[in-house]
Amino acid sequence: MADNDKKPGASPALVHSEEVLERFTKASDRVTMGRKTYGLSDRAFMFFFLLPSLFILLFLVGYPFITLIRSGFYNFSVLRAATPAKFIGVGNFTFILTDPFTWERFIFTGKFVILNVLVQFLLGVGIAYLLQKNFKGRSVVLTLILMPMMLCPIVVGLFWKYMFNTEWGIVNYILSIFGIGKVEWLARESISVYSVIIVDTWMWTPFMILLALAAFTAIPKYLYEAAEIDRASSWFKFRHITLPLSAPVLIIAVLFRMIDSIKAFDLIYTLTGGGPGSATQTLSFDLYKRAFQYFYTGEASAYGVILLLVIMSLSLIFIRYLNRLAAQNVRR
Amino acid sequence: MKAIDGVNLNVESRSFVVLLGPSGCGKTTTLRCIAGLEVPTDGKIYFDDRDVTGLSPSERNVGMVFQFYALYPHMSVLENITFPLRACRVPPKTIEEKVKEVVQIFQLKDLLKYKASILPPGDQQRVALARAVVRDPGVLLLDEPLSALDEKFREEMRSELGKLQKRLGITTIYVTHDQREAMALGDVIVVMRDGLILQVGSPQELYEHPNSIFVGNFLGTPGMNFVECRYEKGSLVLKGTSYRLKLERQDLIAHLVPYEGREVIMGIRPEYVHVDGKLKDGGLSLEVVAIEPAGRYRLIDFLIGEKVFRVRTDWELSLVPGRRVGLQMREDRLCIFDKESGRAVVS
Repeated sequence: MADNDKKPGASPALVHSEEVLERFTKASDRVTMGRKTYGLSDRAFMFFFLLPSLFILLFLVGYPFITLIRSGFYNFSVLRAATPAKFIGVGNFTFILTDPFTWERFIFTGKFVILNVLVQFLLGVGIAYLLQKNFKGRSVVLTLILMPMMLCPIVVGLFWKYMFNTEWGIVNYILSIFGIGKVEWLARESISVYSVIIVDTWMWTPFMILLALAAFTAIPKYLYEAAEIDRASSWFKFRHITLPLSAPVLIIAVLFRMIDSIKAFDLIYTLTGGGPGSATQTLSFDLYKRAFQYFYTGEASAYGVILLLVIMSLSLIFIRYLNRLAAQNVRR
Repeated sequence: MKAIDGVNLNVESRSFVVLLGPSGCGKTTTLRCIAGLEVPTDGKIYFDDRDVTGLSPSERNVGMVFQFYALYPHMSVLENITFPLRACRVPPKTIEEKVKEVVQIFQLKDLLKYKASILPPGDQQRVALARAVVRDPGVLLLDEPLSALDEKFREEMRSELGKLQKRLGITTIYVTHDQREAMALGDVIVVMRDGLILQVGSPQELYEHPNSIFVGNFLGTPGMNFVECRYEKGSLVLKGTSYRLKLERQDLIAHLVPYEGREVIMGIRPEYVHVDGKLKDGGLSLEVVAIEPAGRYRLIDFLIGEKVFRVRTDWELSLVPGRRVGLQMREDRLCIFDKESGRAVVS
């Protein structure tokens, strides 16, 4: 029965033809569909609700992603979009991977990430441990501690840049009160890395604290009571009860910080601009340079793909470990 | 609001003491105070001659089994058992020896490598016991350890625990709300209610000479019967009947002198009432209301006044609801309680 067979008002107005209904309804739905119903079945409803999200996913994520991968194989620049791009196969990839400068950036990023995450982990876990017990003013302290994380990264980078200013920055001023000479926080190559780490730590340790605290709080109190009766010292309890039982959450937190550190851009851009020289250029920053300063779009695309693969493989290692931990908890 | 008030208790070395009472009576709080997990607002706790009131649990040398075992879930059985020894940095050789002992006692050899959290409750409980006992604590504390087990298993474990305690000779304090457990396990039972100790004594003492209606009712399955009576010149007149129970016992009569003409509560246990098919003149006769089979015995329900009166008897007599039978109470097992205070006048 085609739609055009129906004259308006001639029969109970089915919104869709039988064929359309067939596609969208299960047999059980069809039983109720025999009556006069206007509108869609549940299934169809669901489909149409999902449609906008699917569009967004497709066009804002899927399409650019595929374009990115494609661009990596071409000698292409957005500045010269008119001239047709030359297909150069894996040329971009080999160039990047054999460039000594890239490897310098790689090693630097590695050092930066490891140090950054380590400091944040130790600080975060330590502070969370201290915050476990309820004390007067605890909620105020917690709120204050979480504030740095809530700030806009660009703003954080900018005002720390002022604070770190060698001549008139407040940090050096406070140091001078203690008789310590001026420190070239952002101007000296050897120190600039640590300055970035300090700011990143200041901003993101609260994240670690939050997750660690949540993990610690989830551990049942009676385990600590049993340990107390078993004469365990505070350190023994921490090492054998707190840490192992909060390990899954801590690993996730470390993973997050690691990925974020590899991608670190906004703080570096505002604090040092990658400098002095190229002292604080992480892989992300290098990518930014190639893509938006030199406009080597093809090369940058390949770079992006490599970076993505690096992050994915590192994450996989963590996730594998997490799965192994979870599997051990299966009941006999 | 006080959780426990005026608890004064002496526990003999190597004895098995049961803290018994309904939920919220303060027994667990008392246990935790002994363990050092709670600090009493005032009062003192002594282990032998040592004042331990200010000491933390780790300084008291106690072993404890929690109601839900509190095993370290991520550790294996072996690691759980060795935890208290490792925490004190006991040399590995000693650890080995102690573990061997304990594994032998609790038969844990096959379980050692398994993760504690995946074991069934019965096994978990054995592990919890092993862990509590492995470093020879001065006192063993158990907080309703059998409550998470099903009935059949509970009976098994009950006898196991009793034998174990005798074998190890550790002073043990056991908390429970199950009076059968208490009766089966305890050398001494401490009945508690609303933060107070009601009575302390051996199971037999408490069973036969309860000092209050609560204790008489709480112990025994089924509990004691309580009948309102009036005492008149050497006899008890049961309220709701015309029956006069003439008292022979001199000690009963002596204690009841102040109650002349007043109401008292008489207590008698179901198993101390004899049922007779023949009705005696001047004897107590009641109509059978309900019959409940209970294994070897039957529980017969009668009504005295408005209240149910239960009698335990064997299967000899054929009984049906509605039949009138004669009842005789054993006077030597009679208890009399004050109606207002609930305390025993004589028992």
